[in-house]
Amino acid sequence: MSTLRTQKDASTTPPVSLTSRRGWWHRTRDGAFRGAVTGSVLVGLAVLVALIVQSLVEGWPKLNWNLITSFPSSFPEKAGIQSAIFGTFWMVGIVLVVAIPIGVGAAIYMEQFADTEAWYNRFIDVIIQNLAAVPSIVYGILGLAFLARGFLNLGPVVLTAGLTLSFLVLPVVIIASREALRAVPSSILDGALALGATRWQGVSRQVLPAAIPGIATGSILAVSRAIGEAAPLLLLGALQFITFNPTGLNSSFTALPIQIFNWVSRPNVGFHVAAAAAIIVLLCITLLMNAVAIWLRNRFQQTW
Amino acid sequence: MIERPMSENRGAVVMDEPERTREGSSDAGVAPEAGADAVLQESAKLAEVTRERRRQVKKDADAETVFELKDVAVTYGGSYAVQGVSMSIRKNEITALIGPSGCGKTTVLRCLNRTNDLIQGAKVHGQVLYHDIDLYGPKVEPVEVRRRIGMVFQKPNPFPKSIYDNVAFGPRVGGFKGNMDELVERSLRRAALWDEVKRDLKASAMALSGGQQQRLCIARCIAVEPDVILMDEPCSALDPVSTLRIEELMDELVSEYTIIIVTHNMQQAARVSDRTGFFTVAEGQDEKDHRIGILVEYDLTPTVFTNPSDPRTEAYVTGRFG
Repeated sequence: MSTLRTQKDASTTPPVSLTSRRGWWHRTRDGAFRGAVTGSVLVGLAVLVALIVQSLVEGWPKLNWNLITSFPSSFPEKAGIQSAIFGTFWMVGIVLVVAIPIGVGAAIYMEQFADTEAWYNRFIDVIIQNLAAVPSIVYGILGLAFLARGFLNLGPVVLTAGLTLSFLVLPVVIIASREALRAVPSSILDGALALGATRWQGVSRQVLPAAIPGIATGSILAVSRAIGEAAPLLLLGALQFITFNPTGLNSSFTALPIQIFNWVSRPNVGFHVAAAAAIIVLLCITLLMNAVAIWLRNRFQQTW
Repeated sequence: MIERPMSENRGAVVMDEPERTREGSSDAGVAPEAGADAVLQESAKLAEVTRERRRQVKKDADAETVFELKDVAVTYGGSYAVQGVSMSIRKNEITALIGPSGCGKTTVLRCLNRTNDLIQGAKVHGQVLYHDIDLYGPKVEPVEVRRRIGMVFQKPNPFPKSIYDNVAFGPRVGGFKGNMDELVERSLRRAALWDEVKRDLKASAMALSGGQQQRLCIARCIAVEPDVILMDEPCSALDPVSTLRIEELMDELVSEYTIIIVTHNMQQAARVSDRTGFFTVAEGQDEKDHRIGILVEYDLTPTVFTNPSDPRTEAYVTGRFG
């Protein structure tokens, strides 16, 4: 053994060099690329920071408890967003009740029960992908034509808005839920079936619970996007001056983005301050929901 | 070393090596420590003695047939994966299916509890009789079949729930009405896992080591009180010490169950099984020149390993190919 080693040491091996053989050009190119990608991040951050800072500076005088507890008023110093916050929460509630069960159900069908080779299932798949990219105003038109007027004729009430937003987030919820279900290894379902479970028992008691954190995260992100939507609600004819909270599904309503839109378009500068303050509140609600989503993901994430 | 979950409870006699980390970054071929090595040899010897005794008894008794396969073939989307398999599998025996990769041994195993139904485009031809009932008959309910014929998979696949819930799942979906705590304990004891987990049955099954997870999967399977246990390379993801424990377990379980095991490990087949079926791949049997699995030889294990009748079997078991 030792003789072998000496022999090896004695034989001439080429000297090892660990210094870079690449020239300055490689290093410059590396640096330039690094700079470009870092710059991309900074641009995104800068836009967000500018928005927040600008809104904070402008809205600071109005950012107090009165803003949240007061109702809209013709006088900017008295105007508040209580009815808008309640309207937004009512819509979120409707979206949660309508879009999430339907979305998760559709995702379960497509991931666990559908024959993926069949043409109609592929067709549905493509449709859903496309629906997720349809502009929100188109959903507004849909809601106006089929819910507010036309067949259902519900009028511009909170139920109409909630359903319209449900349609808007439905494709996103389906896609997020499908991804969450797909992340559960097939060995889990196989294991359940091998124990004599029916497909539904295996899916509902093993696969679905394992996918819940992912589904919740994706759904919350989808809903928090819907909260900021103004375009479809404007199209539906949501009222902009409401001095009461929604009392039921058939109640007239306003929502935060609508209230902001309304205030911004007024000539009185006092309302611009109120709008900036309302933007801060809206941002806080959105950030809070996203934080919950991230917390859920980190807390319950399962590594397989 | 590898991090160990807090809840893990070390066994008293044979230790389980911490063989598997989630990321697969573990040192796969962990050498057992010196102490474990001695234990390994000792129990291997003991196991060999009991096996020999059992085999002596077996040869005389003409055991009841559980499965009768008659010219079974499986096609995936029209092309044959395996063809012309005829064999009869006896009650309370361990039957090993061996052969090179792609020879269709797992496919045949999956025919026996209708797991092939779950793969799109798979079709089983020929006849699979289970206690003289055609498993693929028109009135047979696959869920009922799987309740009687359990399966343990290659990679341990515990549910991401507590140890207790893993074992209780099968009985629950099967409508078990008795004392669940008792059933869970009995199943874990029979799977030789009770002593290691009894302190915390609420602990997550995902925190167990790979060998413990596989024994949990066996306990889960036993809890349904099946008639047959199918095992698809149950030790291929485990280290030698855990493998030995599973083999000992199979030895104990075979007095109550019929076990069919697919394995890549010829030594394992020789060690544990009563009968062995050797599969191989035949090239170009159909017009499209597909490789098709065939059953070459099926006989008592000692015969297959020491005195095979087919030259292909001999070449394989002596290590000249495959």
